[in-house]
Amino acid sequence: MGFAWGPGDILVYETQNKASGPTGSGCAFIHVVRKDEDIYSPILRKLFNESHHIFVGLQTIKDDLPSKSKKPQFVSISRNYRSVIRACMEELQQAAVSANDTDMATQYGNQVSILLAIELIWNLCEVLFIDAAPAGSLLLHLLDWVRLHKSDVDEKAKGVLQSDSPAEHRDYWDVVLSYVLQGRLEDTRKMLMKQAMLQPAAKSMYKLMDSLLSKMPFYNPGGTQTLTEFDVKWRNWHEEVDRYLKDNSFASNQHLEVICKILLGDEDVLLEHKELLSTWYYFLITRLLYCHPTVKPTELHYYAQSSMMMFLDSGVPEPLDSILLAAFEFDIHQVIKDCSIALNNWWFVAHLTDLLDHCKLLQSHNLHFGSNLREFLLLEYASGLFTHHSLWQCAVDYFDHCPEFGRVYLELQIERVPLDTERKALKVLRICEERQMSEQVRSICKIMAMRAVRNNRLGSALSWSIRAKDAAFATLISERFLQDYCAKGTFSDLDLIDNLGSTMLLSDRLTFLGKYREFHKLYGEKCFSDAAKLLLSLMTAKIAPQSFWMTLLTDALPLLEQKEVIFSAEQTYELMYCLEELTSSLITAASGSGRPMQEEDVEVTKVEMLRLALARNLASAIVKEGTMQT
Amino acid sequence: MESAKYVSQKVSKARWRPVSSSFLQQPEIFATGSWDNEENKISIWSVGNYENSGLEDGFEGDPQLICENKHDGDVLGLQFLDQERIVTASSTGAVTIFRHHHNSQTISVSQQWVKAHHYPCDNAPCTAVVCSSPEIITVGEDGRIIVLRADQDCMAQVIENADSSTIHAVTYLRTTEILTVNSIGQIKLWDLRQQSNSASQILSLSGDRVPLYCIDRHPNQQHIVATGGQDGMLCMWDVRQGSMPSSLMEAHSAEMWEVHFHPTNPDHLFTCSEDGSLLHWETSSHSDMPSFLQGNRNSSVTSRSAMALAGGNQSLISAWLNGDSSKSRLETTHMLPSQTLSVNSLDVLGQCLVCGTDGEAIFINKQVPV
Repeated sequence: MGFAWGPGDILVYETQNKASGPTGSGCAFIHVVRKDEDIYSPILRKLFNESHHIFVGLQTIKDDLPSKSKKPQFVSISRNYRSVIRACMEELQQAAVSANDTDMATQYGNQVSILLAIELIWNLCEVLFIDAAPAGSLLLHLLDWVRLHKSDVDEKAKGVLQSDSPAEHRDYWDVVLSYVLQGRLEDTRKMLMKQAMLQPAAKSMYKLMDSLLSKMPFYNPGGTQTLTEFDVKWRNWHEEVDRYLKDNSFASNQHLEVICKILLGDEDVLLEHKELLSTWYYFLITRLLYCHPTVKPTELHYYAQSSMMMFLDSGVPEPLDSILLAAFEFDIHQVIKDCSIALNNWWFVAHLTDLLDHCKLLQSHNLHFGSNLREFLLLEYASGLFTHHSLWQCAVDYFDHCPEFGRVYLELQIERVPLDTERKALKVLRICEERQMSEQVRSICKIMAMRAVRNNRLGSALSWSIRAKDAAFATLISERFLQDYCAKGTFSDLDLIDNLGSTMLLSDRLTFLGKYREFHKLYGEKCFSDAAKLLLSLMTAKIAPQSFWMTLLTDALPLLEQKEVIFSAEQTYELMYCLEELTSSLITAASGSGRPMQEEDVEVTKVEMLRLALARNLASAIVKEGTMQT
Repeated sequence: MESAKYVSQKVSKARWRPVSSSFLQQPEIFATGSWDNEENKISIWSVGNYENSGLEDGFEGDPQLICENKHDGDVLGLQFLDQERIVTASSTGAVTIFRHHHNSQTISVSQQWVKAHHYPCDNAPCTAVVCSSPEIITVGEDGRIIVLRADQDCMAQVIENADSSTIHAVTYLRTTEILTVNSIGQIKLWDLRQQSNSASQILSLSGDRVPLYCIDRHPNQQHIVATGGQDGMLCMWDVRQGSMPSSLMEAHSAEMWEVHFHPTNPDHLFTCSEDGSLLHWETSSHSDMPSFLQGNRNSSVTSRSAMALAGGNQSLISAWLNGDSSKSRLETTHMLPSQTLSVNSLDVLGQCLVCGTDGEAIFINKQVPV
């Protein structure tokens, strides 16, 4: 088997060298192995396009404001990214449900779970790094984070509430406990009321629980209470709950006792309800809620580590777990590194790193490649995008915002975009021209012009060489026109040549072509003296190539043969001079090469005819000029 | 209010399905064509509010995909032939008629001319198509103009080598006359009744030969034509008078891809461009008196316009031909909320505007102020 690397794929083919076994007929196929399937998924494509839009918007935020005042902007941008991920997830979910093919359904399901994980990580990074809440509000944000990602509680609750007797539903206590674990005490109280109505005997116990639940203090960041005041209040409440537990007030109702112990943050009880918690980070947050609600960001990692240890039976954490742990430890680089390894696409790390970089959270340490981490990731992501037949246009903007190497990467990649139609070529050219990539402009125009010439579309070819200001190619095209003229005797594409306008000046040959055509027009309109002057100037000003002089002089013949004298004596002398120059060069040329006799004869005849005509004209001209008009 | 719908394909063309004017309905169905995909598609979308019409002001329902079909090659031109059929121009040189079956909500190929546009030994993209049922006119990179008739397989008329460069767009001037624009900045008038191989008239801007990419004719005043090209300038031409544009207006900073007069309210014009903007132009004459009553014969319009009033023949000059002068007010508004990738196509009908971009999004505005 042999292979070759491509920009994003590998080409694999079967070779003749087989290690062992009979040499049967080889497989005639070449396989393309793609590393990144995601960019070809139609639903995920929306993710790439929408996030591109957000990315460009982020780059244009001005740098003059201090980072502090830009924080809300960054948070909202982070939320935008996350809502895009969510929208994609929902669509994939719907597609997975409605898919006929089980393979497709599993694929969609996989993509959904990856996106879920990505959104979880992003949300945590937003809470810890971008929003960077201090102690007190930190816990509240983390609570929101957990609630957002544990939505099955609401589904279960809906099921319970819609039943005839909610308090007797088998999931009832699960729902109540889940609410407590999430710190949703209002909901807990409402649910408990239903149970209280069923057990009038235990009314006082339920009332007590209700009052304890209602009294739990929650930190209010916008309020006047300071953190210490809150802490004191919370400790008082905690002690009160502890007292009631020790008093055995809830001893008769096992469920209420469990709730009470949870409220006290009893870790063993929490661990007993692992299925309800389902993940160690949920456990962590609950633990913090009921043990250390004033946790500081710097203390998080200790709790995180211990929570993970306690929760996971097997010692080996999954990749997602270690990424989240690294986040709790505020080790941004580790998070990024682990994500890069775990995911097959640079999308997530590139955008997240870019956002964090804008928040000035990444220390700039140079990688071996000379650029910083953000640029490296963006370049990798954009290079991957560029291999896509359609998304390459998005990639251009990413390269633009990589100050060190972006331009070089773009220059190399943009030349390799296949140009099937003129419209695509025009778009690529516009990209190059806006960035002053003149080399690329020239090469693209040359490709298109050559293609046009090959298809005999000389007008298109000319318009491409005008765009590239390519004088050499314009000369080539003019040569083609002139050759056509010599072969057929008439000009093709008159609409082009007649209307050259100022583009004539692009190349000498082109100017000659234009002026020669003008000569023909003047001749056709019988403005002989103007035509004559033009013809002469073409030769004397050396605009005409010498190879064409014979043709020009031959064109002069009918003018010389006219009854009326058109060329003046001066002009005739000049014509003769031109003829002499031409014949002398022809002789030198002829002496070198062995030309066939017939051709030479024709040439000689032509020259003789010209000489005769010139002489006669000269005579008439001298006579005319010498005669006085009476 | 604009809403962006991301559709996972770069949209090269978007067109409203025509509504019968007697009902004064707003258009609900539109078709889009994609480009630059491995598998390109033509799709039909619906944007009607089916559920409840009591929606808040400005809230737009998302367009829903009704049906789609594979399309061979980029969709470079798209027009509705009638309520059921759509003609497309492909980058493979093919011209295809698709039929939208309303009952089964499917779309299928009804007729196709496979190598309509071609080079001697290669395919040539067909760049534009315009139709007036049952006649279809297509132009391509091979410089051919082809006249086809729906339901007839043979080509009714072919003008070979009509142009030495690529013809980018075509529009009807009268029922038997068409205008084409090409890469060397010329507008050519063709009379289809005369079976000749050369244009009846050629108009161009002197100076730089800027390629022109789009052309549209004023719905009521048939001598007024608007073009846009590589430099993003909007040019207004009077086809009767001379071979120079009447006025030039700076519109965009990059190629202008489409220009459309509003079909029923021609004081409004819409242009879209590679630079990602969509402009809405509105013109109105300031003077209370029509200009032929003002009696000032030497009133010359400002430097940009080159209109000379013929002797005593002062007719009411269209405000468009005056361009940016003091005589008429010209207002321009951006229609899209923020800069996007290139807006490739737009269509406007009634109060509804649809456009497609290279950012794989479709924007719809159902309350265009016309």
